Amino acid sequence: MKFSPQFEQRFEEMVSHYPTRRSVLVPTLLYAQDETGYLSDEVIRELAERLELTELEVRNVISYYSMLTTRPRGKYHVQVCTNIACLLRGGEEIFEHCRQTLGIGGGETTSDGLFSLAEVECIGACSWAPAVQVNYDFHENLTREEMDKILGHYKKKGTQ
Amino acid sequence: MAFLVSHPDEVKIVSQRFGLGAISIDRYLELNGYKAIQKTLAMEPDTIINEIKNSGLRGRGGAGFNTGLKWSFVPKQAPKPKYVLCNGDESEPGTCKDRLIFEHDPHAVIEGAMIAAFAVGAHTAYIYIRGEYRYLSLIMQKALADAYARGFLGKNIFGSGYDLDIYWHGGAGAYEVGEESALMESLEGKRGIPRIRPPFPAVVGLWGGPTVINNAETLASIPHIILGGADWYASLGPPKNGGTRLFCLSGHLERPGVYELPMGYNLKKMIFEVGGGIPGSRKLKAVVPGGSSTPCLTADEIDVPMDFDSLMKRGSMLGSGGVIALDESTCIVQFALRTMKFYQHESCGWCIPCREGTDWLKKTLARFHAGGGIRKDIDNMLYLSENMLGRTFCPLGDAAAMPTIAFVKKFRSEFEAHLEARGCPFEKAGVVEQLPVLA
Ligand SMILES: Cc1cc2nc3c(=O)[nH]c(=O)nc-3n(C[C@H](O)[C@H](O)[C@H](O)COP(=O)(O)O)c2cc1C
Ligand code: FES
Repeated sequence: MKFSPQFEQRFEEMVSHYPTRRSVLVPTLLYAQDETGYLSDEVIRELAERLELTELEVRNVISYYSMLTTRPRGKYHVQVCTNIACLLRGGEEIFEHCRQTLGIGGGETTSDGLFSLAEVECIGACSWAPAVQVNYDFHENLTREEMDKILGHYKKKGTQ
Repeated sequence: MAFLVSHPDEVKIVSQRFGLGAISIDRYLELNGYKAIQKTLAMEPDTIINEIKNSGLRGRGGAGFNTGLKWSFVPKQAPKPKYVLCNGDESEPGTCKDRLIFEHDPHAVIEGAMIAAFAVGAHTAYIYIRGEYRYLSLIMQKALADAYARGFLGKNIFGSGYDLDIYWHGGAGAYEVGEESALMESLEGKRGIPRIRPPFPAVVGLWGGPTVINNAETLASIPHIILGGADWYASLGPPKNGGTRLFCLSGHLERPGVYELPMGYNLKKMIFEVGGGIPGSRKLKAVVPGGSSTPCLTADEIDVPMDFDSLMKRGSMLGSGGVIALDESTCIVQFALRTMKFYQHESCGWCIPCREGTDWLKKTLARFHAGGGIRKDIDNMLYLSENMLGRTFCPLGDAAAMPTIAFVKKFRSEFEAHLEARGCPFEKAGVVEQLPVLA
């Protein structure tokens, strides 16, 4: 299992910040996932070993956090907030629009592997609702037209 | 990234550096940065704690506990190391203020954490930021590195002989992790399951050591109080509710946004003047005053000062500062359902009243909204919610039950209308095209 030098450097540094090794687990899982796309058996084995945990302990933590996944997602993970502030300003319509445009449902990935779609809980953009996060990027005050532009942008970026 | 707005009634304290580039340490220093910590280092810890206590600053995370009082619970002598933990998990629906602080003024959070640490005798602090806020984590990591590079953190800070380390920590998606004891579990690398209290974190917290846990906005307010004085800060708000607050206005408003207003600012004015009122010719139906977990107020109930005690008297809460306006086109049953879907999804499943209660309520509300409700459901929802109150391990159960009780009691006729119509008599909660989009 090979991670980037940046990952390794950050890992070494973070471990020194806490009295127990396992404390780095949650942010480290997310960093690992950012590099590998999802938390494969191999990644889990590797991190369990490094942090002196059992694989089961690591899986237990993974299953708790909504951003962590043990299955591949699309290159661009489209996360549409439909929680209350977004609901009032058309979050559900944005979600429905993404479903139709991408031709997939929540939790699914397009056949070319480019997009996956998820309905998510509040992402802290309530005053700029409706809001979507694509991977880590925020897109706010959305309309259907705006959403089309955003999806088009990622499609272009992803197929270049 | 997020858009800044302003209004003449604002009193900018926590937000005074927003938009001014204070993300750079030099700029922060020019704008009075790191002065408060230097002043603090020459003070007695007890004097600092008293100053914060007297300022009337109450926790901005939701519960509204007096911050100085919380700090005073940390034992002077402790066999284990003490810690300060900044709560930047910000996940309560309706709340998007800590995000602005991290984005525009990260050093204020660091400085606030430094003051808290020195006051309680902690040599390590952590700033926990939710996983979704990756760009803010990068900002914070950079800010911390800059502070270390200047010697503001590490050994012998500002030549005081005091050692202090502050580290960033990140989450990975979980509302429950914002609850203080679950937050500590998460930081220790575990599932975010709450801990039983007592003992409270101030006595037994991270790795068994006394731990002060404060919201990011609470900590960012601290340096201003040290510099401006407790009396000045207290005088900005009503008694026992010092200072200002970042109110996150959202929902059916002309000018949604995050505004910093004095504590006790009138809610009606906040909705109709600051927030610009309701778009179109529609009428206001209700306001959720402090994030999704706070009981709603009907349009007739909003002539109320926005401070912790006044809202408590009206049977609601100031919570996390998320003010959500619902106009007459909103279906309360749908709104209650979406609220409950959230709590059901976020319940950690550890205790039964919360895990089962939220699930039953969600299922009942879903059936009801779809037209399959029976009359008995209405009282059943109340019965279920009332039996969750105070019976769960952590307040997530209460957070789910309280708004539900208010929706059912205050809008019973809407629930009945769903029975008669055998479905939702409203069309849609919101129509994107009709709403103004911020420039
Ligand atoms: C379910 C739940 C979620 C919470 N989420 C947050 C949060 O995201 N941020 C926060 O600061 N406080 C949150 N709180 C409140 C914390 O438990 C705690 O009271 C707070 O961080 C203390 O800081 P303060 O006194 O400065 O407000 C939450 C509480 C509960 C019960
Ligand atoms: S409710 Fe959608 S971002 Fe908060």
